[in-house]
Amino acid sequence: MIPAQFDYVRPAAMHEALQILVDREGDAKILAGGYSLLPLLKLRLASPALLVDIRDIDGLDEIVETTDGLRIGSRSTHRSILENPVVVAGYPLLSDAAGGIGDPQVRNWGTIGGSCAHADPSSDWPAVLIATSASIVLRSTAGERTVPARSFFLDTFQTAIEPTELLTEVIIPRAPRPSGAAYAKLERRAGDFSTVGVAAQLSLGADGRIAAAGIGLTAVAEAPFAATAAEASLIGSEPNEAAFQAAGIAAAAESRPGSDSHGPAEYKRAMVKEMVVRALRSAAGRAQAQR
Amino acid sequence: MTTQHIELTVNGQVREADVEPRLLLVHLLRDVFEMTGTHIGCDTSNCGACTVLVDGESAKSCTMLAVSAEGRSIKTIEGMADGATLHALQQAFWDQHGLQCGFCTPGMIMQASWLLARNPDPTDMEIREGIAGNLCRCTGYVNIVKAIEQAATELRAPASTDAPAEPAAAS
Repeated sequence: MIPAQFDYVRPAAMHEALQILVDREGDAKILAGGYSLLPLLKLRLASPALLVDIRDIDGLDEIVETTDGLRIGSRSTHRSILENPVVVAGYPLLSDAAGGIGDPQVRNWGTIGGSCAHADPSSDWPAVLIATSASIVLRSTAGERTVPARSFFLDTFQTAIEPTELLTEVIIPRAPRPSGAAYAKLERRAGDFSTVGVAAQLSLGADGRIAAAGIGLTAVAEAPFAATAAEASLIGSEPNEAAFQAAGIAAAAESRPGSDSHGPAEYKRAMVKEMVVRALRSAAGRAQAQR
Repeated sequence: MTTQHIELTVNGQVREADVEPRLLLVHLLRDVFEMTGTHIGCDTSNCGACTVLVDGESAKSCTMLAVSAEGRSIKTIEGMADGATLHALQQAFWDQHGLQCGFCTPGMIMQASWLLARNPDPTDMEIREGIAGNLCRCTGYVNIVKAIEQAATELRAPASTDAPAEPAAAS
């Protein structure tokens, strides 16, 4: 399969890239790892006139912990996140999710920014960013703006990114301790896209009850989304099986899966309940370990 | 359509070409450089038959543009043997019958070389996870895993006087 023709540029600096996006507004697509974009080009589902390869731009692959939380440069590969010492030590949700994306070659080259900008409705990072109430930083020649992950993923392959903007980093806020988070993915084959993917994060209050909850679902709607009814059902509850089951039922009711090769909608909705329960169990276990 | 001039290193040799931006790395290797050891299987980044090393990191060469590989160092199956002496992985695939039709083998060996460079003593499960992006429709993987285990053992052994120089053995 051969992509349609396009021009290719590899700007050396951020300001050059942003100016190109202005000059070629709507014609240009950003190329990072290529593992989302190239398949689209080869299938001719997309045929941009210009690819802007951001490989040479400095500062896009840093992973640093700050007072805001964990800042992950958009060009960070899945593997660089998986193996980052700060992630390994303190962000097991990210390790869970990164380790399940694609296969080793995909993790070597695919990036978190590319995955989010591409916004496949079955991809894993969006659910993680939603569950943790992360922010997504977008830069253009006009400056920088920050969009909450919960209002970033608009529809299938559609995000809040404007054609003149470049996704530069994601910021995952530090959850108040004790807290725990986990990712539960149901897949038909190793390395496949999720049939159902659930990211869950819980923070416990001084009384041991759930003080804050975040649940992001992927692959069971036109876009990844926050299961807000399920989140609300958990607040003030003991982190126990009854609460997790109730949240699972609420999340299943909120999901809008389609029937496809991964299974009928009814099956997927049943699996939402089960995977939410599993993610919450694991998240609660990790939160208890911090008490 | 304008072409772009690129220069890259393939198996230690500097190569140049004028390519359309849409040319895939695997087509550069096979059609322009006439190195047909790298195979095209699914062409959808699923099967791993086209796996090569790019700056030491395994990549599916059907999912990378040739222009994106500019300035990088590529290693393909043609770069594994030392003259007539097979690389330990090639010899191990032979010894252990790690192939039947052989179509997946170049990609499988390149992926295994990436794995062993990072993890010289992998467990059975680590090998299986390491080649999760490479499909074989003949063998059922058992002999492939055995072959990678054999190569790992040999590459870890101290270099003997008649063995080809193998820097990985030093680690």
